[in-house]
Amino acid sequence: MIEAKNVSKWFDGQRILYDINATFETGKTNLIIGQSGSGKTVFMKCLIGLLTPEEGEILYDGRKIRNMNNEERRQLRTEIGMLFQGSALFDNETVLGNVMFPLTMFSSLSKEEQLERAHFCIKRVGLENADKKYPSEISGGMQKRVAIARAIALNPKYLFCDEPNSGLDPKTSILIDELLSDITHEYGMTTVINTHDMNSVLGIGEKIIFINKGHCDWIGNDKNIFRAKSQSLNDFVFASKLFQEVKLVLEREVESEK
Amino acid sequence: MIKSIKNFGKYCLFLVQVFKRPDKWRVFFKSLIFEIDKLGVDSIPLVLIISLFIGAVICIQMTINIVSPLIPSYSTGLATREILLLEFSSTMMCLILAGKVGSNIASEIGTMRVTEQIDAMDIMGVNSANYIVLPKIIGFVLFVPVLCVLSMFFGLIGGWFIAEFTTMISVENYNYGLQSFFNEWYVWYGIIKTVVFAFIITSVAAFCGYYVKGGALEVGKASTNAVVSSSILILLADVILTKLLLQ
Ligand SMILES: Nc1ncnc2c1ncn2[C@@H]1O[C@H](COP(=O)(O)OP(=O)(O)O)[C@@H](O)[C@H]1O
Ligand SMILES: [Mg+2]
Repeated sequence: MIEAKNVSKWFDGQRILYDINATFETGKTNLIIGQSGSGKTVFMKCLIGLLTPEEGEILYDGRKIRNMNNEERRQLRTEIGMLFQGSALFDNETVLGNVMFPLTMFSSLSKEEQLERAHFCIKRVGLENADKKYPSEISGGMQKRVAIARAIALNPKYLFCDEPNSGLDPKTSILIDELLSDITHEYGMTTVINTHDMNSVLGIGEKIIFINKGHCDWIGNDKNIFRAKSQSLNDFVFASKLFQEVKLVLEREVESEK
Repeated sequence: MIKSIKNFGKYCLFLVQVFKRPDKWRVFFKSLIFEIDKLGVDSIPLVLIISLFIGAVICIQMTINIVSPLIPSYSTGLATREILLLEFSSTMMCLILAGKVGSNIASEIGTMRVTEQIDAMDIMGVNSANYIVLPKIIGFVLFVPVLCVLSMFFGLIGGWFIAEFTTMISVENYNYGLQSFFNEWYVWYGIIKTVVFAFIITSVAAFCGYYVKGGALEVGKASTNAVVSSSILILLADVILTKLLLQ
């Protein structure tokens, strides 16, 4: 479980995050949703320690990041897997090289065992036939898969994904979401996913944290998101034509119940 | 002014990050070999071509401009040699390499920064500065004396071509000039300078690339910055080293 307590962040005197309180549960896909520019990425970077919040605490299963020394921090980082918005694959390494990277740097396994583990991860994301290709030679969806394979190579306890399906078509997005959800349940990881995609929200939103202009406005899940009272959340959820229709249907349902 | 002092401080802290013990020596040596090949060996053709031509031009200039009965005719070879050994093969060549190697390093690392590859390494717990930059600095510093000596040699060959294939100066005269009043220390002086300059080029370029913020546009700016700053620093270091080593 990861806890964020009263997290606030400033950039050059400009406040980006306002007193965010949230918990991210083990074995579940936790979603951070919000409009573009609302501070999701900044919040996630605070969570993993790439940025240090000016106020507030981040706790990993009770361990405060702020109080950790370098050795403990290093240890924590080997327990974290991260999927960046642009995949962040190493351009000069093949798919296999990318997945091998964390293994060669950190694992005590022998070379054969490392290769075995890398191939297992590549197979888990369904890319058996592409392991000799370079990132520039594969599609965006495949790059995301490679990034997932790299993130899970060291069997992390915590998995962070920054907009895993931005720039992908709806069908590929759903496949990636399902993959993330499956992996989370399979290995009991604490998964945190940034997204602004309503399909993911409804598909894998076991816990949802809504951020609006740096404020945490609502916390819930995919079951109760349509019945939320928060105005900003409703504006976000029912922004598209499709969900306006859904809203009408829902309202009719409520009326007929009366 | 305050900004440049701040930047210098940041640069020093960056170097402290870079000069840590590598996480895995095997990985380090692998990338060291790779960088020597990419930064060093790949620069050889450029160095050869430029040195040949400049050597030839210096030889022509010296013959044309030194036409005095008071100066012996072998001084053409002598002057060509001194210019190559003292300044061209170290300072000028490094200024040119700053353009090639420096911009290459800055844009490569800058791209890694803006595509979050560096963040990805940091998140894994890899010391990204050390992992990416150290092999580049060590590799280039180790290989650059070779480039320097090659440049000296091929510069002299360039001059020899003029002596051989034109009637401006005879080959005997040129060769005699090359061999007279030779001071071995000048070769070492050139090599020491190139080593220092190579360190400046690689570390400054890596620094510029590592702290890029923003997107592709800033990567381009960083690479220009790297070339400009390292060129100025090379000239500054040239003055200081010459005063220290030749006096
Ligand atoms: N390194 C930075 N320096 C200054 N401002 C930043 C930085 N990173 C993000 N911001 C600002 O923080 C706000 C939130 O950005 P971000 O978290 O990337 O939004 P998103 O929710 O789309 O991921 C934006 O207004 C952005 O301009
Ligand atoms: Mg973002």
